[in-house]
Amino acid sequence: MKKSVLLGALTVAGLAAGAAAAGTLDDVKARGTLNCGVTTGLVGFAAPDANGEWNGFDVSVCRAVAAAVLGDPSAVEFVPTTGKTRFTALASGEIDMLARNTTWTFSRDVDLKFTFVGVNYYDGQGFMVPKALGVSSAKDLDGATVCIQTGTTTELNLADFFRANNISYEPVPIETNAEAQQQYLAGACDVYTTDASGLAATRATFEAPGDHVLLPEIISKEPLGPLVRHGDDEWGDVVRWTLNALITAEELGVTSANVGEMASGSGNPEVKRLLGTEGTLGEMLGLDADWAQKAIATQGNYGEIFAKNIGEETPIGLARGLNAQWTNGGLIYSPPFR
Amino acid sequence: MSDTNQHSASFVRTESIPEREPPYAASGPVKWARDNLFATPANGVLTIVAAYVIYLILAATLPWILNGIWSTSSLAECREILDGTTGACFSVLSERWNQLLFGFQYPEELYWRPSLAFLLLFVAAAPVLFFDLPRKLLIFTALYPFIAYYLIWGGTILTPIVAILGCVAGGYVYQRFVAGSFAAGFFGGIVAALVVWNLGGLLITEEANEAAVMTAVPSRDLGGFMLNMMLGVTCVSLSIPLGIALALGRQSSMPLIKWICVVFIEFIRGVPLITLLFVASVMLAYFFPPESSVDLFLRVVIMITMFSAAYIAEVIRGGLAALPKGQYEAADSLGLDYAQAMRLIILPQALKISIPGIVNVAVGLFKDTTLVSVISMFDLVGMIRGPILASTEWNGVYWELLGFAALLFFVVCYGISQYSQWLERRLATDHR
Repeated sequence: MKKSVLLGALTVAGLAAGAAAAGTLDDVKARGTLNCGVTTGLVGFAAPDANGEWNGFDVSVCRAVAAAVLGDPSAVEFVPTTGKTRFTALASGEIDMLARNTTWTFSRDVDLKFTFVGVNYYDGQGFMVPKALGVSSAKDLDGATVCIQTGTTTELNLADFFRANNISYEPVPIETNAEAQQQYLAGACDVYTTDASGLAATRATFEAPGDHVLLPEIISKEPLGPLVRHGDDEWGDVVRWTLNALITAEELGVTSANVGEMASGSGNPEVKRLLGTEGTLGEMLGLDADWAQKAIATQGNYGEIFAKNIGEETPIGLARGLNAQWTNGGLIYSPPFR
Repeated sequence: MSDTNQHSASFVRTESIPEREPPYAASGPVKWARDNLFATPANGVLTIVAAYVIYLILAATLPWILNGIWSTSSLAECREILDGTTGACFSVLSERWNQLLFGFQYPEELYWRPSLAFLLLFVAAAPVLFFDLPRKLLIFTALYPFIAYYLIWGGTILTPIVAILGCVAGGYVYQRFVAGSFAAGFFGGIVAALVVWNLGGLLITEEANEAAVMTAVPSRDLGGFMLNMMLGVTCVSLSIPLGIALALGRQSSMPLIKWICVVFIEFIRGVPLITLLFVASVMLAYFFPPESSVDLFLRVVIMITMFSAAYIAEVIRGGLAALPKGQYEAADSLGLDYAQAMRLIILPQALKISIPGIVNVAVGLFKDTTLVSVISMFDLVGMIRGPILASTEWNGVYWELLGFAALLFFVVCYGISQYSQWLERRLATDHR
């Protein structure tokens, strides 16, 4: 008897929670703004400029989703999160999606109950050392002091790598990338390890970048991507296909400059389906027919976003590498719009 | 006597020698240096070493400061101009000063509002801090919290008015019933205030907030040094009365009150502030439904206030314990009741003893407000660590930014400390 009452209560609670969580898309539309979790600041990926406007690679994903859902790329409330607060912010419903260079891992997906909707940047953990140290491989780092950000996957990868190679290290735990940079330059650690993109961005800001080298070893796979809560597949689909639309647009040659004429003048049926001049893909998602058009027109396609924020023309200067389209030998690949 | 001297000792001078300067070595800067800097050989050595250290520090910092650059738009440009010579890149301050002071989301055209609130703070604090000023000024002090709220957050003017009405109603009920019984007055006052606030809350609608003359600014958009000041001022001024109440409660003869106070103080003092802040920002979000959560700023204010109230309570308890028992007995023998004895005899003396301790807690608390940067609120340190160092232009500027933060905090904390020393001198009535 007691048990059934308890189970009944749990079921009701579960249903209520399900009902509350089922309508993120409706919530966002009703609210008129998208609550998007970002980092408190990472060069090239997310940072506010002198006017307080957020810019960056991850920020563009948030803005693209806002443009697709609400038609306005500025209808985003950016919620800055740290490595420690990001998952609770998403799980508690404070934010609708998290685009914060977060690595897609098994336990985050399964145990923490999030849905990673795709990968917008393939990264891997690397090492940076001063040239003066005379080290040419990470395997020579026996006994080194290593600056490492706490609460991240890099911490665990580092431990695995050193254990597998049977060498020792001394960790210097730090909180943010900015702090790490300073500690490393001040000589508090011999080695700084984080995602290779972060290392390149960090090295670019040094007074003498040439005095530091990135070691050839990449010791982990770090697929970074946006994520949403478990249990709301409609909303997950919206975010997933917005990201895919940006990727497909690059593959099909649709850019922010030509999206208008492509929508009306293109002979390619996939372009027409993507931009909503043919078929009912937008309606299936619960969005306007020109949802992808709005996202691409305001943010540009994947390649444009990459080039504008972190590409080789920027001070960060990252090459496309793994993040080239699959047609150019990279891993960036979107399922077809059909 | 003088006559005999005049005749028997004719060599005695009859006119006085004109005054002369003291010997060169026994006056002026030389004497000062001798007495203070080179009194003994050991002192002399120490002086020379100290002078050398000061020289080293200045030689390292002065060129850096004087050679500073104020007008570039990125760190790379600074380095280009300096071209290898030593020099600071203060351009980050001239470009981002507004973000450092107000956070990056506070609307630029509204900066005058928090600035005005800051200036009025001095007017409001003056009669509390300097009790020679006319007492009528305290009326403004009582109104100040509502004015400051209206200035900083904006929105409809109904909100502060309803808040004032609630306080007035509560105060009136308290005055009316406190003569009968303290508890009736106290709880009656609270109930009356709550009733007025709830009724008034019905009047304030979302539309009113949007159509208000003063644009509403959500708490999320506050930041920079403004946030530190707001947290510091609010929490210190709330935690002193709360701390007094806790200290008195801990000495109470009523076991229930006493144990509540003891448990509260010991629990809060036994937990690090950062834990409380994490609870405020992360855990409470789970307990409230997403759309009706309590404002993050308010949650943080509550946590910091509780934390510093526990410390201030212990400082004041020290002051109470330092009073001779005779003072309590004297109060009793005059026929004063508990409230009168405390207000007229015990607390004025106990608080005077506690001033250095209270100021110590206040200064520490003010600096602790920078801890909110770890729960992703953009106070001064949060702005530096997050957005500014993460921008492509300014990534890599540390000394200039953190030095600026240190300077701001030093000015405020030194001011507080100077005031407390003045206050101690002013209140020194004992015969020392």
